[in-house]
Amino acid sequence: MDRRMKDIVDTLTTKEKYIELFQKNRAQISNGEPDFLKQLREEAIQSFGESGFPRRKEEHYKYTHLEPVFDGELDFEFRPRNIEFDDKELFQCDVPMLDSHVLTVLNGFYNNPTNPPLYELENGIIYGSLKEATLRYPDLVAKYLGKNASMKNETFVSLNTAFSQDGIFLFVPDGATMDKPIQIIHLLLSDKNQMVHHRNLFVIGKNASAHVIICDHTLAPYMFLTNSVTEAYTDENASLDILRLQNEHNNSCQVTNTWITQERYSRCQHSTITLHGGIIRNNLHVKMVGEGAESNALGLYLTDKMQHVDNYTVIEHASPNCTSNQHYKGVLDDASTGYFNGKIHVYPDAQKTAAFQTNNNILLSDSARMNTKPQLEIYADDVKCSHGATVGQLDEDALFYLQSRGIPKDESRLLLMDAFADGVISRIEQTVLQIRIRDLVGKRLRGELSRCNNCAMDCKE
Amino acid sequence: MLEIKDLKVNIEDKEILKGINLTVNAGEVHAIMGPNGSGKSTLASALAGRDYFDITHGKILYNGKDLTELAPEDRAREGIFLGFQYPVEIPGVSMVNFLRTSINSLRKYRGEEPLPAGEFLKLMREKKQVVEINSDLTNRSVNEGFSGGEKKKNEIFQMALLEPKLAILDETDSGLDIDALRIVANGVNNLRSPENATIVITHYQRLLDYIVPDFVHVLYKGRIVKSGDKNLAKELEEHGYEWIKQEVDMDA
Repeated sequence: MDRRMKDIVDTLTTKEKYIELFQKNRAQISNGEPDFLKQLREEAIQSFGESGFPRRKEEHYKYTHLEPVFDGELDFEFRPRNIEFDDKELFQCDVPMLDSHVLTVLNGFYNNPTNPPLYELENGIIYGSLKEATLRYPDLVAKYLGKNASMKNETFVSLNTAFSQDGIFLFVPDGATMDKPIQIIHLLLSDKNQMVHHRNLFVIGKNASAHVIICDHTLAPYMFLTNSVTEAYTDENASLDILRLQNEHNNSCQVTNTWITQERYSRCQHSTITLHGGIIRNNLHVKMVGEGAESNALGLYLTDKMQHVDNYTVIEHASPNCTSNQHYKGVLDDASTGYFNGKIHVYPDAQKTAAFQTNNNILLSDSARMNTKPQLEIYADDVKCSHGATVGQLDEDALFYLQSRGIPKDESRLLLMDAFADGVISRIEQTVLQIRIRDLVGKRLRGELSRCNNCAMDCKE
Repeated sequence: MLEIKDLKVNIEDKEILKGINLTVNAGEVHAIMGPNGSGKSTLASALAGRDYFDITHGKILYNGKDLTELAPEDRAREGIFLGFQYPVEIPGVSMVNFLRTSINSLRKYRGEEPLPAGEFLKLMREKKQVVEINSDLTNRSVNEGFSGGEKKKNEIFQMALLEPKLAILDETDSGLDIDALRIVANGVNNLRSPENATIVITHYQRLLDYIVPDFVHVLYKGRIVKSGDKNLAKELEEHGYEWIKQEVDMDA
């Protein structure tokens, strides 16, 4: 059953509307759920009620004002809608020929009619619908859900915790290794403007490893607002690689929260590749709670027209001997805007911390804007930390050098942009994925990758 | 082949070239010498099409075409090559990708098909020998982390690959030790033919022991103040530029 936001009285504030929306539909949202989850939702809506939407003056949302977007007239589905579509016909993945376990999430609900709702392998690996996992393994899910992503610090996590009903669950037990990557495809398909909350939870046990690819897509020309949360927990010496490819249309808004907790000697790489999307805010929050952990965060955003991309990272060094690297790069054209805020927080006893951060940007037009802000809070005294941020144009000398060898100006610019982007792409650990991403980014920079080119829906921007 | 007529060039309202006249025919090697700041590099850049300055007067005719009308890439495609005084480092662009794009762009302009990969690699191997370049360089990003000598060798290597009709070598000798100088000069000499021409821009006579010019011109304060044969270079080596400066400044 659909419920329209506009049914709720207009005199309420946006915050109150959401609280009321929750209260009116509480029974439906949490129908059949174990008690821990019902409890979690209550805490979440209360927490949301206390914080509300970030106000314009609030430092950490200074450049991305989301309340008006959430105040729009948006549909919300409390149960998976029965949409018949042939995903092979309608959608071809942007990362083709990749040998992976593909899991589709449609409008926030697990949608793989021909597959089991939850895969339970002999070696103990479990993956599939988070909703299903909550029912079959309530204790396991309860141990991790809501434990990594902080509702106290992030209002959109609260909102997601209250409303989200499904997403992908991945559990890799101690010592196990995923044979191939999990590829999560978030699809948005509707006949009206719509809001979607979805939730992913990845738990990687001791000495275990997994690769996850997340692809975000829109399949209809309506305004989509996605508020997604991904929680990950990597136990001792575990390894996790998450790559997110954002390719929604430019009339969409995406708020993503990725919260990762890392135990001793675990390794984690998180990459965000933003190709298309209207308003995007990505929060990446990593907390290294165990000694000797390593965390790498990569980001590449290519924007034009009126796009807005805001990457906000917080890397917490809560234990000694941990290493973190952040490399974010952006190419901004037309009137697009970008923001990068990279916080490194080193706890008082996190000695021998090595934390590095770079953010480099190229502006291709006079009206593109980029704001970048490193934020280092260091409370230990024996640490190595560095940060560097640049905003500039393409190197004129390099451009002339290429042209003087007979390479036309446009092609020379593309060579330089490809090279610039490669500073991030070449750091992606999986070589197969590197090649695919390089190809996609190349197409995006050449203007050959429209949001439509892999979509059979004949909707024009 | 090249005819420069009363060329005047400004950089930010300051006149750098104050009326250059120079004719270069096929088969000739011209050396342009002169003290620092005389306008040598500006002349080279004007020929290659750098756009940070204004041509306020005069003409550059290349095989009868007005060169100033052409974009830098089209000048290259018409057969003009500039060997850079400071070759630019371009991280992330591989030498192989760069050279293949360059060669195929020139071929396209001539209406030829792109060079098949096998033939391209063969051509690279062949031309590498001309400048005694080691194979590692071509696996790296353009000029990135190259030593001074490697960068200059790389310029001559590109020249060998692109086979220009008119090569302008801007201070190719600067920063080279004697071995590298010999290699670079050999490369240039190997590519000399009755069909093409070379302009060697240099501060020192040293290079001209290896690349023997047909004509030597002295550029000073934006003008060619003296022209002669290879003996003029020798004279400059012995007496420096002072006597020329005095001559010119006295006339002024």
